[in-house]
Amino acid sequence: MEKHALPSLPSPVPNARSRRDFLRSAGLIGVTLVIPGALAACADGSGTDTLAPSYAKDVDNQSFGRPGTIVLNFKDDIGVLNYAYALEQLEAAFYLQVVATPYASISANELRVLTDLRDHEVIHRDFLKTALGNKRIPDVVPDFSSITFSSRDSVLSAARTFEDLGVGAYNGAAKYLVNTDYLVVAGKIVSVEARHAAAISDLIANRTRAFAPNAFDPAFDPKTVISAASAFITTKINVVNS
Amino acid sequence: MTNMTNASVLSGLDPEIGSKLLSRRQAITRGATVSASVAAGLRIASVPIALAALSRDAFAQGIPAPVVEVLNFALTLEYLESEYYNIGVATVGLIPAGDRTIFETIQGHENAHVEFLETTLGDLAIDKPTFDFTAGNGSGTGPYADVFTNYETFKAVSQAFEDTGVRAFKGQAPALQPYDAFLTAALTIHSVEARHASEIRRLRGNFTDVEPFYQGWITGNQTDVPGAAATYAGEENTTHLGINVLSLTSFGVNSATEAFDEPLTKAQVLAIVDPFIV
Repeated sequence: MEKHALPSLPSPVPNARSRRDFLRSAGLIGVTLVIPGALAACADGSGTDTLAPSYAKDVDNQSFGRPGTIVLNFKDDIGVLNYAYALEQLEAAFYLQVVATPYASISANELRVLTDLRDHEVIHRDFLKTALGNKRIPDVVPDFSSITFSSRDSVLSAARTFEDLGVGAYNGAAKYLVNTDYLVVAGKIVSVEARHAAAISDLIANRTRAFAPNAFDPAFDPKTVISAASAFITTKINVVNS
Repeated sequence: MTNMTNASVLSGLDPEIGSKLLSRRQAITRGATVSASVAAGLRIASVPIALAALSRDAFAQGIPAPVVEVLNFALTLEYLESEYYNIGVATVGLIPAGDRTIFETIQGHENAHVEFLETTLGDLAIDKPTFDFTAGNGSGTGPYADVFTNYETFKAVSQAFEDTGVRAFKGQAPALQPYDAFLTAALTIHSVEARHASEIRRLRGNFTDVEPFYQGWITGNQTDVPGAAATYAGEENTTHLGINVLSLTSFGVNSATEAFDEPLTKAQVLAIVDPFIV
């Protein structure tokens, strides 16, 4: 079943569960109907390896890339969640640095905003890390050499880039998720990223249209997002099956 | 548009809400063909509108009933928001000159959302209800009686509408999950509502306040908007996929709740907006 091209959609699938059942019966996906918490239960590696085991194998044997390359395989939810995990790692590392070395003359409000964003992104990162457990990708190594952390303009510009990218990334990746619980979680996170994006944009251009430049936010293709993010990441990341 | 469609949209809800919506039906002529709708979407450079029109081409049997139900629910909220800002922006002396760009921006977006949903639904779109923005169910003397004369009240109700809208769209994502184009389109609205909410929350603190009420994100279930407790109920949740994020970092409960927005069911949302619908 071609899921992503509208014109070739068959008769409408009545609901998500039916689609999942169809996919399962067709043998197209692994066991994805996990109960909430099942991923976390496997976080220490002691749990049964029921979640898309082929993905971890792909990472381990580098069948899609050379050594040191992270592969985000969108063929199942684990790949999608790892995509989010990669982006959250990047954001968390950025705001940790921003708050550790704040730019000169930062206002109380701006420090509050940036500290909150640090907290939220670290929580997102650690949440996804815990949820993915031993299915998570290796750590993403950031490269912030293009950012001047002592410069307000540089920091806020980078922050806006990360937040807008995050919003578009989650919006564009949601359709790949098969498990409804994961979709709901992605929805819980993306609106917070959008709240961040608006706040940062308004710090850059107060009381202008910048906080929400369009009536509809973008929904970015994963390859586009990783291509843009790669300017801030040392680790090579490949996206497949998106 | 048929009564059956409206009945479907409102199924499982307080029948009184349904009758309120249905009593305000207006005749709408929709002569445009699907192809014209596609062209219209492309002409105004709106990808979601063109996408929606294209998707209507794809579904030869019409938009799937579950999608119609979600989109009409969304349309109800967008009607509410768009009319609210249309009145607010048009009310002389309400919005200070320095803040007008913020509300004109939001106004434009909400009207674009209405247009998108009306275009997508075509004849299946519900008609715009009559609203009472004092939250008086038509009395005009509800708890927000000064909503268009007191700027503080106007901003507070704006915040409640936007935060409710975020939760409402979020709650419908599972229903749209089988329909990629509609899911994606709804999410591209969802995140814009979150941007609006963030901006208004910060505006209420004049962009300088450091108290939680006036940050762009929701702390616990806290609110200083009177009568808006239901809009924030449940936002204090810190457990997702069975993982309590409070235990993951040392940042504390405020940040733990702020990092995740929570969905509301359709019934919860309609109960929240019921006082605003005549």
